[in-house]
Parts: sequence; C-alpha cells; structure tokens
Amino acid sequence: MPAPRMYKTEAIVLRQRRLGEADRILCVYTPTFGKMDVKARGVRKTTSRMSGHLQPLTRCMLQLAQGHVSDVVAGCETLESFQPLRDDLDRLSRALYAAELIDRFVPERTHSFPTYRLLVETLRRLAEAEELDQTLRFFEMRLLDQCGFRPELEVCAGCGMRLEAVDNFFAPISGGAVCRACGGGGMGARTLSLNALKVLRLLQHGSYNDAMRVRTEGTLGREVENHLRSFIVCVLERDVNAAAFIERLRREGAQHAVEA
Amino acid sequence: MNESTPATAAPLARLIDELYKLPGIGPKSAQRLAYYLLRMPVAEARALASAIVEMKERVTFCSICQNVTEVDPCRICVDGDRDRTIICVVEEPLDILAIERTQSYRGMHHVLHGAISPIDGIGPEDLKVSELLQRLRSGEVQEIILATNPNLEGEATAMYLTRLLRPLGVRITRLARGLPVGGDLEYADDVTLARALEGRQEIES
Repeated sequence: MPAPRMYKTEAIVLRQRRLGEADRILCVYTPTFGKMDVKARGVRKTTSRMSGHLQPLTRCMLQLAQGHVSDVVAGCETLESFQPLRDDLDRLSRALYAAELIDRFVPERTHSFPTYRLLVETLRRLAEAEELDQTLRFFEMRLLDQCGFRPELEVCAGCGMRLEAVDNFFAPISGGAVCRACGGGGMGARTLSLNALKVLRLLQHGSYNDAMRVRTEGTLGREVENHLRSFIVCVLERDVNAAAFIERLRREGAQHAVEA
Repeated sequence: MNESTPATAAPLARLIDELYKLPGIGPKSAQRLAYYLLRMPVAEARALASAIVEMKERVTFCSICQNVTEVDPCRICVDGDRDRTIICVVEEPLDILAIERTQSYRGMHHVLHGAISPIDGIGPEDLKVSELLQRLRSGEVQEIILATNPNLEGEATAMYLTRLLRPLGVRITRLARGLPVGGDLEYADDVTLARALEGRQEIES
C-alpha cells in the first residue's frame, strides 16, 4: 500500500536553517520516523501562523505532506514549549547542547522511541532542574548507551581485568576506563579518579533520581564532564559546537562573580 | 559545477559557475540567468557588472554602527538630529531599513551581523559585540533597545547581551512581542500568547 500523502506525527524541532525568501528547513526528531528534514514554507514572515509552533526545542504535532525531496509542513500545533528554557540562557545553552547531540548521534529516518523519550524527558528536566550539568551528564550517558557506544566502566577496556578501587585512567580511544598498566602508555588516556569512576558508574546504572542525589560541584563535576566529553568527541570525531558556548557562559559568569 | 561541453561556450560556462555560487540559485536557475544575461543589451550588462564591482569597492562597514555604508561614518551616525543616548541593536543591516521605515525611531543603531546560534557554532565572538561595548564606554548612551529577531537565536542573543550589559548600568529594553496585526488569536502559539498577555496594556480613555 502506498504511503499516505498527508500524515501526522509528533516531533521535536532540533535546528533550523533559512531557505529562499521566507522558508526554513527544519531538522525534526520524531518518535515514529526518526530524524528528518522538513520544509516549512513562509515561516519567516511575521504573518505566519506556524512560525511560533516551529521554533527549535518545541514539541509539536506536525501535519506533513509528502514532497519530492523533503516533506512539507502543512499544519502544526505546539504540545510543549518548554518555556523556562527560553527565559534562561544557562538552561537554553544546555538544551541546545542536548539537541545537537541528538542531531549528531541519530542517523536519518531511523526511529528509536527510547531516544525520543530521553530527549523529551531531558528537556523537561532542564526546564525545571537545579543541577543542569548533572542532568546533562545523565543524558549523555543514556544517549551513548542507546546509540551503542556505552563506555566500559567495570573492567579495563584494554586488558579486560577488573578495575581496582584506586585511581585509574580513562581512554576514549580504548572504549572507556583502563587500568593503570594499560593507561600509563598514553593513547590519550587521562587520570580517572575513583570518585569520578563511581559517579560515571552511577550515571550508567542508576536512575535519574539516584544520579541527582550525588553532589558533583567543583573539580569532581568537571572531571566527569571532561571524561564524558572526550568520549563523545572521540565517537563523533568532531567537537560539539554548543559545548564552547556553555564554556564561555561559565567563564564569563565566574569573571562577573569575581568583579562583583 | 558546469563541465565545459561543446554545447556551452567557455565564457558562458564560467558565468553559470559564478551564478551557481549565489544563495538560492540552483544549476537550472544559473543557466536561465546566464542565458538571459547573454541576450541582454551590452550596455545593460556593463551597467550590472559595474554596479557589482562598484558595490564591492565602495561599500564598507560604518566604523561606529557596523551598518553597510559608502561613507564612514554612515549618514545616520553623523546626523546631528538623532538621539545619541539610545542605541537599537539589530541582527542584520536590512533590519535597520525595516526600523527606519516606521519613521518612529530617531535614535542610533548597531548591527551585530548575525545572532548567537550555539548549535551552529556561532558564538558572541563572531558578532560585533565588542564594538557595541566600545560605544558604551563614552557614557553618553542611556538605553539599549534589543531588536534581535523574536526566534530562538534572537532570544539567545538578547539574553546574552542583557547579561553582558547589565553591569554597565544602562537601561536595557526589548522590542515588545505579541500578536501580529491582522492575525487570528486561535492560531497563536502558546509562547506568543503568553508574551502578549505579559505585555498587555491598559486602554487609555
């Protein structure tokens, strides 16, 4: 049976780019069709009835018409606008980071309901949570897991021996934590403190509530972030753009605090 | 893009290649435009070519407001009748034209030449933010109007500038957001309607 010419789907708008006079190409993530590009005509005009419903980081119901190259948005309605994300630059920058990771990790037209649900839940959490960075770390670990890039944290990713309860190394190129013998020889391995290993394991195995119970401010939080970031960069073979902006906000925030 | 075939003269193929580089122009459009230019009278073709060259040679950025101009500082920046205590910050030079068309703003402008888009790797360092800060050092400016687009990138830029400029003690305002003239309430999205409710105004008798 041929696919219907018009169909409906729920979607989260990940990013957008301009097209022609007043159109946009939207990269949307849907639970049933995966990630795809759709065309939204006339949405850059102030008179557009759809533009407000199609902003990035909006969960919406789309009515799509099949097109030759990409499908065209025929109608849309906001389901969830995650308003607090749009009122706070710290929340917004982290939500955009999450959207960029989904865009980079998820292949086109490959649906994964758990990953879609993870993104929706993460956006809700980032809109409400106090601990934004820990929320993001939980998201990163779950996304790596769901996309088949789970870092090895129980045994040495180099020799397979059980990791001892001491400071070890983290080597993204090897696939996770490595013992002192395997990590000492370089290969981009960086020291992994025992506490950071425990936090990483908790992020991998525990629930969101469990992960939020751990206080990871300061150096421990930065260490966990750096290890996970290096792992992601190694898998993607490129930097995550939004990470640089988060870093800049942190730096300027600290500078303002010192000046005040 | 266009392989030089016996059917296409080399200069024409070169023009097609150049036109293809323009935004929104595909291979077929490039061919159509090239053949249209081919049939154009020589005088008109020369006028077009010299307009492009003259524009590239004479138009520059105003050293004060960063708008495109042929004289530096631009005409708006040297206009003595304009209010120098207010700066309206916009994303693109075309936004200045839109604001000037209203004929209800007599302050100064500042063009950022873009908006912050972390996901595309466009950060504050890629915009004319440091030039804006430089302008505020004189102490003459009392108000900054953030007139970036009311979309996610524009909002991110406005929030970033607010954070950056607040310690300087200038008044920071944002263009009002709400329902467009001629729009239907039932089609308004949640965010727009919420902003319209927040910014509701008392009807004066």
